[in-house]
Amino acid sequence: MSTQILMPALSPTMEEGKLAKWLVKEGDEVHSGDILAEIETDKATMEFEAVDEGRIGKLLVAEGTEGVKVNAPIAELITEGGEAQPVAAVSAPAPVAAPKQEVKATAPTPVATAALIEPSVPDGTEMVSTTVREALRDAMAEEMRRDPDVFLIGEEVAQYQGAYKVSQGLLDEFGAKRVIDTPITEHGFAGLGIGAGFAGLKPIVEFMTWNFAMQAIDQIINSAAKTRYMSGGQMHCPIVFRGPNGPASRVAAQHSQDYSSWYAHVPGLKVIAPYFAADAKGLLKAAIRDPNPVIFLENEIVYGKSFPVPKLDDFVLPIGKARVIRPGKDVTLVSYSMGVALVLEAAEELAKEGIDAELIDLRTLRPLDTDTVIESVKKTNRIVTVEQGWPVASIGSEIAAQVVEKAFDYLDAPPARVNGKDVPMPYAHNLEKLALPTVEDVVAAAKAVLYR
Amino acid sequence: MSDPSVVEGDGVSTAPAPNSTTLKKFYHDMLLIRRFEEKAGQLYGMGLIGGFCHLYIGQEAVVVGMQNALLPGDQVITAYRDHGHMLATGMDPKGVMSELTGRAAGYSKGKGGSMHMFSAEKNFFGGHGIVGAQVPLGTGLAFANKYKENGAVTLAYMGEGAANQGQVYESFNMAELWHLPVLYIVENNRYAMGTSVERSSAQPDFYKRGQSFNVPGESVDGMDVEAVFEAGRKALEFVRGGNGPMILEMKTYRYRGHSMSDPAKYRTRDEVQSIRDRKDPIDQFGKKLVDRDLVTEADLKAVDKEIRLIVNEAAEFAIEAPEPDASELYTDVLA
Ligand SMILES: Cc1ncc(C[n+]2csc(CCOP(=O)(O)OP(=O)(O)O)c2C)c(N)n1
Ligand SMILES: [Mg+2]
Repeated sequence: MSTQILMPALSPTMEEGKLAKWLVKEGDEVHSGDILAEIETDKATMEFEAVDEGRIGKLLVAEGTEGVKVNAPIAELITEGGEAQPVAAVSAPAPVAAPKQEVKATAPTPVATAALIEPSVPDGTEMVSTTVREALRDAMAEEMRRDPDVFLIGEEVAQYQGAYKVSQGLLDEFGAKRVIDTPITEHGFAGLGIGAGFAGLKPIVEFMTWNFAMQAIDQIINSAAKTRYMSGGQMHCPIVFRGPNGPASRVAAQHSQDYSSWYAHVPGLKVIAPYFAADAKGLLKAAIRDPNPVIFLENEIVYGKSFPVPKLDDFVLPIGKARVIRPGKDVTLVSYSMGVALVLEAAEELAKEGIDAELIDLRTLRPLDTDTVIESVKKTNRIVTVEQGWPVASIGSEIAAQVVEKAFDYLDAPPARVNGKDVPMPYAHNLEKLALPTVEDVVAAAKAVLYR
Repeated sequence: MSDPSVVEGDGVSTAPAPNSTTLKKFYHDMLLIRRFEEKAGQLYGMGLIGGFCHLYIGQEAVVVGMQNALLPGDQVITAYRDHGHMLATGMDPKGVMSELTGRAAGYSKGKGGSMHMFSAEKNFFGGHGIVGAQVPLGTGLAFANKYKENGAVTLAYMGEGAANQGQVYESFNMAELWHLPVLYIVENNRYAMGTSVERSSAQPDFYKRGQSFNVPGESVDGMDVEAVFEAGRKALEFVRGGNGPMILEMKTYRYRGHSMSDPAKYRTRDEVQSIRDRKDPIDQFGKKLVDRDLVTEADLKAVDKEIRLIVNEAAEFAIEAPEPDASELYTDVLA
């Protein structure tokens, strides 16, 4: 009897991959656990192991083939006749076998050119397509070259090259003195970083994800944020805490949380949450140079996205400035981080219905650039905030309050908020989709404030 | 089970020594975990399981040996590498697999997934995604056992990487101070993600990690289910006897990547293969059973066949089972 060996998904975000190398040939006997092939995913080269015993029949995909879709048959396995067919169970139609990324895969392709042009970038500057992951790495590398007091510390940042490969290459360039793998001990190494900051070093502390920074939040708030004040300005901590924030894909309640409004609440911190690669680079460089503790909220889903980044020797952006990424006159959509993907798409949808949305990417959440938001509202008279975090005491709540305080007379409708649902993140595919804000939610909210 | 914490009954205070039936059960339980995990890996590869999925392959002897040394009413808590622990407690493979595929028939109604699964009925308190967090939680379960004077013991599992979290030592101190009936199991599989023990641990002998709190510890060959069972039985007797906590360090090994998306470049293929060849907990124990004339090769094959059937049924069930109803999004947030 023969069954098919299928191209495996080897990461939460993989939809296709390269069959880099066969480690078996036709006719080989294999046992469960034997390595069949090497497969290149979106992040790494992985080994693919046999589950069932048998003899390799035909190899259906030649090694070196790129773009092999997940679940495509790649080889035949001849198994002992008569037995319950092990692979049969899994060849049944799969209700959710489709891309696990569905929600996130809707991230935008069309980016208004305005989104990429920063006033400080000279005309004619060459733009280089760069992933957010590379932009962050480049920012750290440039600052580490510039200032020997800057170092990177965190779990898996050195030898493993970063759990999400953000620190790729840094150990090679800067050595183990400045790129430091820690034990799993967030409260400890966050505090250690803060102490090193008191003594004049400029630590970049990577949290594998912000979920794990909850182990360390006491040090971040009680020690990093408050020391300048408590010491009457004698002592301070020039430190950056960074890592992926917000919902990832299917990792459920304890690993899918947005901390934006948590940190934005705290005096003594600056909080940055970029979407585009250029902002990631320019703002991370600014954060590293800033003499204050800076919370830098990245997003795993956008790490692999490419955007143009200006080719400049030293591209630094100001902290605390939002940007209008698409001018419009009918309604203001304000967002940050992954929410920007939603408003970009929603704007396209709204345009089809003749609605001209103005889009604002906050980029910094503390200090919040309310001026830019108020300016926009004075023009459009309507505002919708969009974010993945929970609604209660959210960034949207704060913006709504500020707009009502400062531009009440300009409003033609109450401010509307689009948020993640007010529940812990569920694991199930269908529930996770329901928990996250969608483009449709944004379009509906925009129409609601337009009474359409 | 009505009150999940009744133990004493007819004065039994320790699990009986293994006989040929228990030994065969050890083999069966380990192989069930192995085959279940292989299947879970396969379903992950097909996109039917999402997010993080941490397989227990290689470590089976630890949970099987320990679980069989427990008495009814004892509790178990662990981290995210939890499928083996759940199967060992007797949780239904269909329910576990359905949680992995995110279906309503899963143990957490599809809301928890691989890393967050629980069974009140089986005294399995999770399934926790935050490294180290389960250790004080397990200590608290033990606190309640002592408070209620119910004679139950809590097993609090952690990885050797987790053993570097501060809350572990806060727990050791409280547990010894108040003589809590908790047995800490450090599953030392040599790696925490890509970090080997040598690179993370100033004291790599985890069984000694309680010394400054006077918590006794012992190192155990975690690839040998009989050794685990024996050490577990003795330690449980000690802890149940009101002597305070104890630490067992299980020397074990994980064969697969940390999670499904780990390229595992931090160790050589030869390292993994050599442990598989020399130390595999299932192969080695199977050979022992044959050598002792307790079973034949054919018997072992038959067990495998039976288990593959159970696992395939669980997979089919978990693929066919419906997703949770949309209304479940808002349930179970508060009472
Ligand atoms: C507080 C916290 N920090 C980091 C992580 C990410 N993480 C998940 S598993 C893991 C390694 C844990 O290793 P170990 O405790 O040895 O357990 P093993 O995976 O080997 O079973 C890390 C760093 C996490 N889940 N929680
Ligand atoms: Mg480990």
